[in-house]
Parts: sequence; structure tokens; C-alpha cells
Amino acid sequence: MIDETFVDLSRLQFAVTALFHFLFVPLTIGMTWILVIMESVYVMTGREIYRDMTKFWGKLFGINFAIGVATGLTMEFEFGTNWSYYSHYVGDVFGAPLAIEGLMAFFLESTFVGMFFLGWDRLSKRQHLGATFLMAIGTNMSALWILIANGWMQNPVGAEFNYQTMRMEMTSFAELVFNPVAQVKFIHTVSAGYVAASMFVLGISSWYILKGRDLAFAKRSFSVASGFGLASILCVILLGDESGYEVGEVQKVKLATIEAEWHTEEAPAAFTAFGFPDSEEQVTHAAVKIPYALGLIATRSLDEQVTGINDLEKQHEVRIRNGMIAYEYLTKLRNGEDTPENIATFNTLKDDLGYGLLLKRYTPDVVDATEDQIQKAVKDSFPKVGPMFWSFRIMVACGVAMLGVFILAFYYNAHRVIEQKRWLLWAAVLSIPLPWIAIEFGWIVAEYGRQPWAISEILPTFLATSSLTINDILISLTGFIVFYTGLAIVEGWLMIRFVKQGPSSLHTGKYHFELPNKAEQTEGEQS
Amino acid sequence: MIFDYETLKMLWWLIIGVLLIGFAITDGMDMGVAMLLRLVGKTDSERRTVINTIGPHWDGNQVWFITAGGALFAAWPMVYAAAFSGFYFAMMLVLFALFFRPLGFDYRSKVDSKRWRNNWDWGLLAGSAIPALVFGVAFGNLFLGVPFNIDNLMRVSYQGSFFGLLNPFGLLAGLISITMLVAHAGMWLQLRTATVVAERSGQYGRYSLIAFIVLFAAAGFWVANLTGYQIVSMPDTQSHADPLAKVVTTAQGAWLSNYSDRPWTMTFPILAFAMALSALIFSKLNKPALGLISTSLMLVGVIMTAGVSLFPFIMPSSNNPNISLTIWDAVSSHRTLNVMFVAVSIFVPLILTYTTWCYVKMWRRVTVEEIENNTHGSY
Repeated sequence: MIDETFVDLSRLQFAVTALFHFLFVPLTIGMTWILVIMESVYVMTGREIYRDMTKFWGKLFGINFAIGVATGLTMEFEFGTNWSYYSHYVGDVFGAPLAIEGLMAFFLESTFVGMFFLGWDRLSKRQHLGATFLMAIGTNMSALWILIANGWMQNPVGAEFNYQTMRMEMTSFAELVFNPVAQVKFIHTVSAGYVAASMFVLGISSWYILKGRDLAFAKRSFSVASGFGLASILCVILLGDESGYEVGEVQKVKLATIEAEWHTEEAPAAFTAFGFPDSEEQVTHAAVKIPYALGLIATRSLDEQVTGINDLEKQHEVRIRNGMIAYEYLTKLRNGEDTPENIATFNTLKDDLGYGLLLKRYTPDVVDATEDQIQKAVKDSFPKVGPMFWSFRIMVACGVAMLGVFILAFYYNAHRVIEQKRWLLWAAVLSIPLPWIAIEFGWIVAEYGRQPWAISEILPTFLATSSLTINDILISLTGFIVFYTGLAIVEGWLMIRFVKQGPSSLHTGKYHFELPNKAEQTEGEQS
Repeated sequence: MIFDYETLKMLWWLIIGVLLIGFAITDGMDMGVAMLLRLVGKTDSERRTVINTIGPHWDGNQVWFITAGGALFAAWPMVYAAAFSGFYFAMMLVLFALFFRPLGFDYRSKVDSKRWRNNWDWGLLAGSAIPALVFGVAFGNLFLGVPFNIDNLMRVSYQGSFFGLLNPFGLLAGLISITMLVAHAGMWLQLRTATVVAERSGQYGRYSLIAFIVLFAAAGFWVANLTGYQIVSMPDTQSHADPLAKVVTTAQGAWLSNYSDRPWTMTFPILAFAMALSALIFSKLNKPALGLISTSLMLVGVIMTAGVSLFPFIMPSSNNPNISLTIWDAVSSHRTLNVMFVAVSIFVPLILTYTTWCYVKMWRRVTVEEIENNTHGSY
């Protein structure tokens, strides 16, 4: 039988390590472009302040980057260590984008990140800019390939089950790469990274302006961040992930649970801005609805329906019953009864095999499931509505707040009055955590929302684990928590130390803490 | 498809070999450098010269390791699943140790404090010595067979323990791994640092080479007496991958049968010994560039020796030899091997090109004077 505690601990360990890793990745993704922008200005204008900006923000980028690399190793190990049945079952498809990520993206990123940090004196200006650019390309391509892999977990196209090898096998590499879910995820996720980096630079620059330190440096950084950040937050919101929710069955489940849409509504569906979803009664109390909004967001149309949980449940029940028969035939085929008739029957049903596997939680043989167990499996085929509903709304609220900050920052910066708007500068400082909150909750919407599946409709999460024990996971999970806490403390301490020093940490002799008379520092001196 | 399934299965054995060799020559060298750090660098400036020889490259080098892992997942998913979950605590140990490397390289020189820097030195040492040892131990255990099973639904389960891995032969393989990487790093540092640091590096490199020669020879004699695995019968090599469909027997000395069947494969162990000797001589003659080329070829020899001895096995099962994982039946589908072969053919030459460019651009002897004149621009 399936040990629920063991499965939950395995999931918890993956969630902890992935969420932690993802604190550092978005900043890396976005900072690379901010560095490219700053260094391009330096190369084009020859003004040294832009080189100093590239170097200083590059230092902060480096502190963050190192920990991203370290915690990224965990992710690569973990599929094999903790999800070994998953690795076998889908490695033929899922492994390919991961390996290509290494070949195409990590090599480029990591080779040139070394040139970025240590190549200043050994490369010409243009060569160095080229290295920074290739580092940015590599970083962003790694996001592309990992999201192609992740997109396949959400919407597994271009693959089919092979009973002889007992696994999913690739049928079309092109379908895997051009998976529409992967494409929208890529745009949404990298833009979120750009927003995180912009908010980071905007907030820290605002703090320098508030302190009246290194104004020329801080205001130029503020300019870059406000422009890049506004473009990026518009991209995140307008090209949101929701457009991917009509593709693929499990994406529909996500949409229905995010919205707590218990029953299919007439198109175009309204969006529940606020309310208290109640899974028992299948109603949302105190709901505040915005007409048309959900239909527009999710289907980009006014006449397509968004399917409700009730109707999805009915569909799932049919598929679970088919899945039981599929499993029966799979057993026959695996035991040598691979007659052409059996193979043909299995092939007509194998798309529902995954739904049949949901019953393994209750009965190892699947085919002998009782009516009660089937009903339980139907309920299992949805994530809990509460966490989905709230996570999504927290993410959106953070996004809207950041949109406000970036619009105002861009506007007042364009009018060159940003120094007088101290309230806005404070708002920018206080907004620094917002992109991270939005990103972490976005991850929860995407990955918790995929439950109960490891691979949508193919492989339930509880089957995907390794054959380990609860103690094994408790030991490694404790190790991760202890280590990661230590890493976070060291990283945070170092980051704050360098932020406090500001550009003076470059030791050029031109900045705040190095000037003989700090009061005399004016913008004119520095530019 | 460019090649038939059997050819691609063979090619993928070679590609994994190439990636492991790339890993040993580049990232393995970094591990050796970190192991030598406190031995060859006595002052902080000396240690910084050592770190800065690999400063711009360690991250790119580490990708050989990451890519080898990714390629294992894509090409040999069953091996990835069985090895990583079976060697669970060994893998966790490697992982936690590896955390110290990116942070050590990047953070060490950011704070001017003796204690801070000393701690990172030890972190770098642990982050390099532990993975080098564990990878060797894991390889050694492949020769002994790994206690795992696979059920009819292809779920892998492991019946061994972490301490079971630490048997004498496994530890011997672990020491071989450490000595070969330290030797290789010794040549690199002799070439890329100056004066006393270079001298000490050559010295420790040569000690390691001697230790390597002795240990590698000992392992050779030991393997001749080990129980090896042989396939008695199996499905056609062109057919779908099914590790449950063959019959395997065990016999003493069977790991050496490939060498008697195909004598040209003796090239690899001979290469390993010959290149270790040649590195020893070139290092002594103060020709570290030739020494470095020699140790690189020595690493090729060692890894190919291990691969050829095991061939076609990857991960033999001591619990049930019939389900041992081999290059014929633990692989991905024909299409995936094909797609990934194309990807490797495009990207590996590209990677080698830009990596070479970066090495050329950064090529110099790193001196104590350079570090002391540029304390904030280097690691």
C-alpha cells in the first residue's frame, strides 16, 4: 500500500528545495539583462559611471548567483534520488530537455559568467559586453528548457505509453518543444524574473536616494530599473499564465480550482475577486464577482465556457472506469498475453491508464476497486480549492501593487522629480519582497495545482516516488533545512553588507564612503 | 533516424564516457585544485593565486558534471533512477559537499577576515574531496554489483546500505579517484602559478602520480580476482529496452574478459599507466604543459578502463544478476537517443570552441604580485 506520510514528506522535501532554489533564480534571470543594459550604455557612451553600475550590481548578482548554482544542483539530483519511478517512467521524454538545458544553456551561462566577473582587464570593452550578453542568453535559455520540461508535466504532448518498456516514450520532439503551455510559462516566468530584478534594483536605488548617497549612481540605476520593470510587469500581467489554462485537461482543473468555479457558468464567466470557497458545500461565500473577467482572461473570448468542478468530476469518473480496464489489459500484456487483440484494446484505452493508477492509492490491483474507492479517486483528482484560490489572489495582488509602483516610478523619473517623491521611494524600498511573494505563490498555483499528478493524467504523484523509507527522507529533509538556513543567513548577511557599502565597495575612490568630505558630494562631480 | 538503435546504444555509451572524461579533466581538476589549496598555498595571497587560476572557469567546468547527470537522465533513465535512489545517502553527502564550492569560490575573498577565509578553504576542501571520493567509491561498487531489484512494473528498490558501499575495493577506487585528480591539478597549478606555489604543486602532483600508479595497479590485480558478470543470453540488441529479459551469470575474473576478447582495448589501461609516468617525467623536467596533457590522457585511460571492463554492463545487480542494467536495455527509446545524439553533435563542438576561447583569453601565470595589486577585482 501507499504510505501517505512518506509521499507527503517526499513532496515536502521537493517543495522546500524548489521554493528555496526559486528565491535566487528569478533575480539571476532578470539581473543578467539589467547588466547587459547598463554595460551597453557604458560601451556606447564610454561613461565610467555605467561601468561602475555594471560592476556593483554585478557584485550583488554574483552573491545571488552562487547560491542559485548550489541549490540548482539539488534539483537535478532530486528526480533520481527521490522520484526514481518518475525518472524511469518519463525519463525518455523529460530527460531530454534537461540534458539540452545543460548543453545549450548552462554551459553558455556558466562559461561566460566567469568572463563577466574576472574578464574586465583581459577582454576588450566589446568582448566583455559580448560575454555579458552570452551569459544573459544562456541564463534565459536555461529557463526555456526547464519550462519545456515543466510544461510537459502540465500538458504531456508528443509522447505515448509503451507497455513493453513500461514507460512514456517520445513520439515528437517538436511537439514537446512547441508545447503551448511551455511557451506561455516561459514568457510568464522570465518576465517575472525581470520584475524581481527590477524591483531589487529600484528598491535599493531608492534607499540610496533617500539617504542622499551616490545620487548620480542611484538615479541612473533607478531609471534603468523603472523602465525595464514597467515593461516587464506589463508583460507578466498581460501575457499571464492564464492563457495556458485552456490547453490540457489538468490546466482546466487548475483554472476551475483557482476560480472556485464549482459549476460551469454561461460564457463569458465572471471572475471572483474575493470570497470564501467552501469545499463541503461547493459554494463560495461572500463572493465579489467581476462580470466577463474570467472568460476574457482564460479563453480570450466571450463565447467559450470555463468548465466547472462539477462537470470535470463527471468526466474524471468516466476516465477512472476506463483506466481500470486499461490497467487490466496492461497486466495481461506485462504477463505475456500480448495478443494483437489485447494490444489493440489496450491502445484504445491507454490514455486513461493514468486515471486508473489513481486507484492504486486504495487497492494495489486497481481492477478490484469498489464503488466507494472510485468516488474517492474522483475527489482525489483535484487539488484543494482553498490553497489554489488564495495563492492565486495573493500573486495577483502583489502583481497589481508592483504595477502601481512601476508606473509611478517611471512617470516621476521621466519628469525628473523622483527625489522629491519620498513616499514613492519608501514604497519602492518596501516593495522589494513583493516579487518574491508573487513568484513563490505562483509556483504553488502551478505545481500544487497539478496535483494529484506528477505528470498530468499520466502518473500520480504518490506512485512517482523512490523506494525509500520515512527515516531516509526525514534525515535528508532535516539536512536541507539546516543547510539552506545556513546558506540563507550567509547570503543575506553578505548581501546586506554590500548593499550598505554601495558602489564604494568597488574601491574606485569615487563614491560615498571614500570621499574626504561627504557633504560636498554632488551629482555634477560624479557624472 | 541517423543510425539504427544498436549503433545509437553504442554511441551513447561513448558519449556518456566523453562527458565523464570532460567532467574529470575540467571539474575534476578544480576539485584537485581545492584539495591542494592549503598544501601549496601557505599565505592568503598564495591561496588566492591558486583559486584565481580556476576562478573564471570553475562554473563552466562544473557544467560537465551537470550535463553528465542530465545526459544520464535522458539516455539511461533506468540507471539514473536506480543509482541516484539506491546510493541515496552517498548522493546526499555529495550534494551537501558540493554546496560549498560555488559559495567558497565566490564568497571567500569578498570579506577580508582570516577566519572567514580559512573556513571557506576548509569548505572548498570538503566540497571537493568528498565528491571525488564518493564518485570513486560508487564506481568501485559497480564492479562488485549493487544490491537492487526491479519489479514487473519496473520499480527499482535498493537493498543495501550507505555503509555497505564503504567496502575495501570501493575505498580503493575512491583513493584512485582522489589521487588522479590531485595529480592532474598539480600539473595545472605548476603551469599556471609561479615560484614556490608552482614548485610545491609539482611536488604534490608527483607524489600523487606515484600513489596513483601503485593504487591503480593494485586495483587491476584485485579486479582479476573479483566476481565479474557476463551475459549468457539476451534479446536482440535492436529490440526495445527491457532489463528483465536477459540471463546473466557471474564468474571470477569475468571483468577482464573484454581485454582477452578484444586485445586492442588493452590500450586504455596501458594509456593510463604510460601517461602517469610521462606526467611524472615532464613535471620533474619542469615542462608542466606536457605534464597536464599527460594527466588529461591518463584520465581518459582510467575512465575508459573502467568502462571497457564493465562493458556492456553499467550497473550490475548482485541481488538478481539477470536484471543488471546494461547499455542495451537500460536506455531510452530509439527516437530519444537520436534526438539527443543530434543535440550533442551540435553543442559539444560549440562548447569546446567557446570554452577554449575563454581559457586562451584568461591564460597567464597568476602571481602573488598580481593578486596583491588587484585585491578587489579577483577571487
